Amino acid sequence: MNAPTYNFAYLDEQTKRMIRRAILKAIAIPGYQVPFASREMPMPYGWGTGGVQVTAAILGPDDRLKVIDQGSDDTTNAISIRKFFEKTAGVATTTSTNDATVIQTRHRIPEAPLHGGQVLVYQVPIPEPLRFLEPRETETRRMHALEEYGLMHVKLYEDIARFGHIATAYAYPVKVNARYVMDPSPTPKFDNPKMDNSPALQLFGAGREKRIYAIPPYTSVVSLDFEDHPFTRYKNDACCALCGAGDSYLDEIVTDDKGGRMFVCSDTDFCETRQAQGHRGSENAGLPAEASHV
Amino acid sequence: MFDAARPRRDDDQPLLVADGLSKSFGRLQACRDVSFSLYPGEVLAIVGESGSGKSTLLQLLSAQMAPNAGSVSYRMRDGVLRDLAALGEAERRFLFRTDWGFVHQDAAMGLRMGVSAGANVGERLMAVGHNHYGKIRQTAASWLERVEISVDRIDDAPKTYSGGMRQRLQIARNLVTEPRLVFMDEPTGGLDVSVQARLLDMMRTLVSELGLAAIVVTHDLAVARLLSHRVMVMQGGRVIETGLTDQVLDDPHQPYTQLLVSSILPA
Repeated sequence: MNAPTYNFAYLDEQTKRMIRRAILKAIAIPGYQVPFASREMPMPYGWGTGGVQVTAAILGPDDRLKVIDQGSDDTTNAISIRKFFEKTAGVATTTSTNDATVIQTRHRIPEAPLHGGQVLVYQVPIPEPLRFLEPRETETRRMHALEEYGLMHVKLYEDIARFGHIATAYAYPVKVNARYVMDPSPTPKFDNPKMDNSPALQLFGAGREKRIYAIPPYTSVVSLDFEDHPFTRYKNDACCALCGAGDSYLDEIVTDDKGGRMFVCSDTDFCETRQAQGHRGSENAGLPAEASHV
Repeated sequence: MFDAARPRRDDDQPLLVADGLSKSFGRLQACRDVSFSLYPGEVLAIVGESGSGKSTLLQLLSAQMAPNAGSVSYRMRDGVLRDLAALGEAERRFLFRTDWGFVHQDAAMGLRMGVSAGANVGERLMAVGHNHYGKIRQTAASWLERVEISVDRIDDAPKTYSGGMRQRLQIARNLVTEPRLVFMDEPTGGLDVSVQARLLDMMRTLVSELGLAAIVVTHDLAVARLLSHRVMVMQGGRVIETGLTDQVLDDPHQPYTQLLVSSILPA
């Protein structure tokens, strides 16, 4: 370890123990929000304090950590959290989805399929799916306890009445293990089907709201919908301009002030892996494999 | 419609039985030893001045508050009379959103002011597992029509509605699951006289069409006369007089009831 003044992975052992207990309880009751004594972290709320605490509690010296922010390994938030754990835990880091044992994420699930033994840690701003419909915490807890989820459909009803289709594009509510309705954090609904029956363990940490919840491996996760308005995935109708992938979630990038834009994979690792394999999109059609790396 | 095949065979059995209900708040006795039975399809008005214990009684009857003494029993759809205090919270809440309705004086308490009228009416259906948008919307539209709200307002939120429309929407929202019993707390409070008249007329039609039993709390004797079959007069937490509406209002026995009846301004 190259920073001996910190305990391994920043948090003290008692705190990690407390968080692990919350995680175990969350795994035992899939989708249930477990309260925990969230700590102050050396970063502001909203930057992933919940995710960082969960990661700190489960990280071991042999783990290999990947951190993504909106699918990207190289944005400020992703880099600082990765560096934070390099410094305080001295663990190996990677940008490869396949090689990582722990992946902390904000707003995306990697495109490459996850495998058994991996842990996906989500940063969650608002864990309560019923929050904007029912402001009272006492009431929402009771609704979860009694499985009263009619209100969730009221929200979807409103979407259809107003826009003609279910316009909720992110934080799309899901039912976990046929029991608890859960907010999958602000991932695009494109990613919802990836949560279903995933071989990886999925942990959700909300630092400001002091909640942890989980989806154990191979658990059913069903997106809520109506019989006559079934759940649909959504992505921009284009192929990645760099790697040509037609089945990945795309970011729209404005390239000039004359309406020019391009679509690229939001998952940078997925995109780079494909380019290294020789796949090309419209932007770099003629280039050899090496030149395409940014 | 919801559960159209409603059993009618139990009409001679009481739907709701209150037995010796008492409730005090500290030294204040809000409700003393109230007992009565309500039969299916019957409308009971509870009248009395402010502070006479009407609203407390309504809360006790609808299991929103626990009595200090006495009990409330309700005949469930399976025909069994059960003590409400012995029901689990889940059962009680389920009863509340299927077999019962509660119309608040202030419509904002009974409605979701921020979501559309259609969703307000449809919420109870979705809560009991209806999962077809088209059918929910169709049912909501037909209920709006029944309470005389124009169907083209179905996507407007009740905060854009007038007071009378809000109250009618609240009634539609409660009746969509075809409850057997509706509690109403001053349903016409705060509405002007012509709107009141229309609302009362509509409620009377709905109650007789659906064969609803209702308990209406009101301080307005005109409401009691128009809506109810039976009247209970309360004073200081006690029921002082009870009987058929016309009988009590035309020939009051108790001095307090005589005072109430005589205090109506002549039309």
